[in-house]
Amino acid sequence: MAIALWRALLIGGVLWLAAMMLPPLMSGGWDGLVAAASQQRLVRTIFWISVVLLIATIVSWVFRELLRRTMPEVIAKPMRHAPLTASFGLMIILLYVIVSVGAPWIAPYGEAEIFTKINVLPGGDPELGGDPSHFLGTDQIGRDILSRLIYGARNTVGIAFLTTMLSFLIGVTLGFLAATLGGWIDQGLSRGIDVLMAIPQLIFALLLMTIASEWSYRSGISLTWFMIVIIAVLDSTRVFRLARAVGLNIVVMDYIEAARVRGETLLHIVFKEILPNAFSPLLAEFGLRFCFVFLTIASLSFLGIGIQPPLADWGTMVRDLSQFINFAAYDPLTAALPLMAAGAIALLTVAVNFVVDWMLQNSSGLKE
Amino acid sequence: MRSVSTIILQRLGLGVLTLIVVSLVIFCAVEMLPGDFAEAILGQGATPEAVTAIREQLGLDKPVVQRYLGWLGNAVTGDFGVSFARLNFASNFGASTNTTVVSVADQLKPRFVNTLFLAGVAASIAVPLSLIIGILAALYRNSVFDRVANVFTLTSISSPEFFVAYILILFLAVLNPILPSLSNIYETMDFGARLKATLLPALVLTLVVTAHMMRMTRAAIINLLASPYIEMARLKGLSPVRVILRHALPNALAPIINVIALNLAYLITGVVVVEVVFVYPGVGQLFVDSVKIRDIPLVQACCLIFAAAYVLLNLLADVMSIISNPRLRHPK
Repeated sequence: MAIALWRALLIGGVLWLAAMMLPPLMSGGWDGLVAAASQQRLVRTIFWISVVLLIATIVSWVFRELLRRTMPEVIAKPMRHAPLTASFGLMIILLYVIVSVGAPWIAPYGEAEIFTKINVLPGGDPELGGDPSHFLGTDQIGRDILSRLIYGARNTVGIAFLTTMLSFLIGVTLGFLAATLGGWIDQGLSRGIDVLMAIPQLIFALLLMTIASEWSYRSGISLTWFMIVIIAVLDSTRVFRLARAVGLNIVVMDYIEAARVRGETLLHIVFKEILPNAFSPLLAEFGLRFCFVFLTIASLSFLGIGIQPPLADWGTMVRDLSQFINFAAYDPLTAALPLMAAGAIALLTVAVNFVVDWMLQNSSGLKE
Repeated sequence: MRSVSTIILQRLGLGVLTLIVVSLVIFCAVEMLPGDFAEAILGQGATPEAVTAIREQLGLDKPVVQRYLGWLGNAVTGDFGVSFARLNFASNFGASTNTTVVSVADQLKPRFVNTLFLAGVAASIAVPLSLIIGILAALYRNSVFDRVANVFTLTSISSPEFFVAYILILFLAVLNPILPSLSNIYETMDFGARLKATLLPALVLTLVVTAHMMRMTRAAIINLLASPYIEMARLKGLSPVRVILRHALPNALAPIINVIALNLAYLITGVVVVEVVFVYPGVGQLFVDSVKIRDIPLVQACCLIFAAAYVLLNLLADVMSIISNPRLRHPK
């Protein structure tokens, strides 16, 4: 599987190369292609992409071997059958966790610390408008971009994680309650959820955020908190569906019947009997929901109505730095700034997806 | 046995009911505003007299049910009221003559056409493309082509829309200036120029939607190819093309139609972010702008339009899949 995947990546790269060659070929014929290649951008890009792929492969292989050999049996055992993509995903997730927990120690400056020099160019070369003490430069009001990228991990990922937890708390509790109690409660909850799901999530979130911003303006509570609750409630509809479906399969089991006859309370049945047995499908769903929540929050922040300043987050950074992309032909590093923030978002989602893919394959018994 | 028309009428009825409930939800959400419309219009410096005056003018002193029915009636006939920004402008500069006040409907109309154009271009590229890739991936399952398509789609599903958008801008607008990176659309543009300005945002939407559509098409076809009658057709010695076109495709039509309609509904959400990235003058951009300045009538109207489009597309998928599936057409 893993070998086929990398082979696929290689062939994808060749296809991509063909796609890259097409525009200069079309606009300027063979001479246009030669001209484009002589700028070496094409050659350089391919070189760097293959280098990055190679390093990713090697590092995830080393990481897997490390886990297999040094970790206790609980972790080492599943890793023996894990594909490279899964170990790559785990490694990236671990990296993000380390960066987000250790942000105050890793980042050179604070996230809201303002320096006198604004719009310092990245690269750290004073002759080109850089500053060695700000490797990635400073933004339009003089905050260190590298520090903000690092703190962005903590805020963006942390807030998305919190939101997903809240969404699961609501969705799983209500879903299991609907499954156990049945009857009118089940009907009422399910129809209510249907109504909420009839409106596209981002659109509904935008409407609710408008109203929340009025509330936050009056009450002085940060809009970020309102956003967490709104996204959690909207996302819990999907969790509810799954939890109810899984719960319905469990409540007909004999041990639930036994618990009922024993006279256990509803809380005990829901959290001690149903929850442990529904854990593995819910865990895989948690990964997927986290991705969705993460992307929704990033999109909202990108639109300017999500996580609010002074908190640093990647969505807002992409929006603020986006105009730098026009300098790509002259200064690649500057142009890469918005892509770094956006790429950080994409990388984490891809990593979580890889791990979820592997988990789903494990639990469904779909071995190669 | 009920006839097809009864079932479809039933679905349409359910759809209308959903729309009404959705409008109710949107109305109730706006009711949760602290204070009310009048205070929101006037903002900080509101005197009690002015608030009362505006309340009377907008009919806010009437009971909730009556207001909801009035709002819904107006919205159905295309009257969404006047946006706060315009009202403020009118009251500050004394444009008391109603002729100069631009209603929300007037603001929305040209933008709605633009958004439909963008979605149309995106759909007309994405639908054929993803169907072809999906069917090919299903036919050559587990081949190199399938794997490439799989990795590619997984990556583009995982990336936020703006990431895809900026990557495309980087390669197609900045490094190789083929397409404009900002969509400057105006009324008097001819079709070719308009298409060129729309192409880049449409490509972004295509990439995002194609990934979803292709995966779902692939799954539907694979499901179908596993059924015994396909194996029978193969064992008879039919050519693969004939197996696909004559035997598999008619039965795959229902899931494929479903996939297309669902993903067009997905376009609706994608359109908002993409329009903001490319400063495309569509409904999505207006929506985000009005959310930022808390312009409630505009937000309400945009939300209603997007939600209605979403519900209608889902309804369309439902009806089409009933028509294309004999088993649903003749329920026992």
